[in-house]
Amino acid sequence: MTRHFLDRIAGEGAALNAFITIDEAKSLAQAKAADARIARGQAGPLTGIPVAHKDLFCAKDWLTTAGSKILGNFVSPYDSHVIAQFDRAGAVLLGKANMDEFAMGSSNENSHFGPVKNPWDLAAVPGGSSGGSAAAVAARLAPAATGTDTGGSIRQPASFTGVCGLRPTYGRVSRHGIVAFASSLDQAGALGKTAEDLAILLGTMAGYDERDSTCIDRPVDDYAAMLSGGVKGLRVGVPREYFTKDLAQDVAAPIRAAIDELAKLGAKVVEVSLPNQHLSVAAYYVIAPAEASSNLSRYDGVRYGYRAPEYADLNDMYRKTRAQGFGPEVKRRVLIGTYVLSHGYYDAYYVQAQKIRRLIANDFIAAFRDCDLIVGPAAPSVAFDLGSKATDPVQMYLDDLYTIPINLAGLPGLSIPCGFGNKGRPVGLQVVGNYFDEARMLRAAHAFQQATDWHTRVPKGFE
Amino acid sequence: MLSLEQIARIADLARLEVTPREAAALQQQLNGILAIVDQMGSVDTSGVEPMSHPQQAMQRMRADRVTEADERDSFQSIAPAVEDGLYLVPKVIE
Repeated sequence: MTRHFLDRIAGEGAALNAFITIDEAKSLAQAKAADARIARGQAGPLTGIPVAHKDLFCAKDWLTTAGSKILGNFVSPYDSHVIAQFDRAGAVLLGKANMDEFAMGSSNENSHFGPVKNPWDLAAVPGGSSGGSAAAVAARLAPAATGTDTGGSIRQPASFTGVCGLRPTYGRVSRHGIVAFASSLDQAGALGKTAEDLAILLGTMAGYDERDSTCIDRPVDDYAAMLSGGVKGLRVGVPREYFTKDLAQDVAAPIRAAIDELAKLGAKVVEVSLPNQHLSVAAYYVIAPAEASSNLSRYDGVRYGYRAPEYADLNDMYRKTRAQGFGPEVKRRVLIGTYVLSHGYYDAYYVQAQKIRRLIANDFIAAFRDCDLIVGPAAPSVAFDLGSKATDPVQMYLDDLYTIPINLAGLPGLSIPCGFGNKGRPVGLQVVGNYFDEARMLRAAHAFQQATDWHTRVPKGFE
Repeated sequence: MLSLEQIARIADLARLEVTPREAAALQQQLNGILAIVDQMGSVDTSGVEPMSHPQQAMQRMRADRVTEADERDSFQSIAPAVEDGLYLVPKVIE
């Protein structure tokens, strides 16, 4: 099986640039070990299954670049908790998936290793920052993939590439060994073809890890066993703030149809309100860059990674290493982050953003009194053309309005395919659950997939 | 909005070399971000508690005992410049 996917990556998949690192020898060795385990009757659901990992999960002896030149030569000396979980389950590490540098981006155009193409339309972006992971699953280059989601980086690319993507509750999965972007917003999650796949993947990834002090010590649900049950009587909330003139018509239509389908399956659709929704992008682009400026200060060319070849003194070494090693989007965010945390601006920007964060979380807590799940689009449009947002990179930030509030609140969310928009590009339905209610989210997604077949579609050329 | 002087100061704090030409382009982009961010200014947040962790979790404590193994050799094998277990950098003290 591993051989099959490695061949696809090198063949049909080459045009997509979905991977940064492939190591056939290592992967096949793992596959051999998995075969032995299966022969001994000690296989679990993931034993022998090849999984693509977003390239910010540290994997021992694998190049781990986070899509950046500054880590372009970083061979990790240790495994992240998530990689170790998959290893214990006997899964095969298929390769390191391409991504926006340091997870900063919504199009996978910010990678030092070149952009990823959307398998549904090679002129389109796959979304980001987990663009490589999403493209790999969509093009059937990998049966499953991991990603991270700080502002929508699993859900939005899942939506753009017509696959399923899940971001768990903050604290559900350990962040130990994940190259950090914004520590109060980052969360590791999974991408797959079905809700059932997501359930199995989450079951493997989730769990307490004392090395991540924000990881919550709470039993892991048997998500796969809890998939059936349907949505009869489930209250599905639709925020009135979601359907504005900024939502493209070719996205609004499949979303409304998907909500109607849930109602047909027995769900009770109710209108809810998230009154502070419109402030979420502003608050996020203070908090995330601020935390990033702190997290990225470790990249100084001293202990690992890229070091500038020429410098006058230590300070110059730092300045040149970072200027040469970081891409433009990363620099923008580090600079904004440094500014909003600096003396005289901290209260007006950072503290104010944290207060608005509380208002946004409170909106969800209030809404969840009237519903069990919240649904809507994962993005305001289908995948846009490569290079189309290059002249004003800041405009791309505004497209994160559906996904960002979920990260600010720390809630779980997923996206599943629910149709197609203009140019045959996929549309994803976002489902948001209450804290640690991943089982119910997956149950609703599964019910939807029993009655529809959007999740079975494969892009032309990748069948 | 940010002046070129402020950008130079922030770049200094962030240990990031920014050429004058880059600074001009950055000024436009950073001010574009601040224009989005400034929407927050009009919101009345008096009496609202800032939120830093979604589950209000507290920092876990543990006993002050050594639990990690010495992996210095492994960790230093990927360093740009090391000698006798030390990381080498340009001289700081004259």
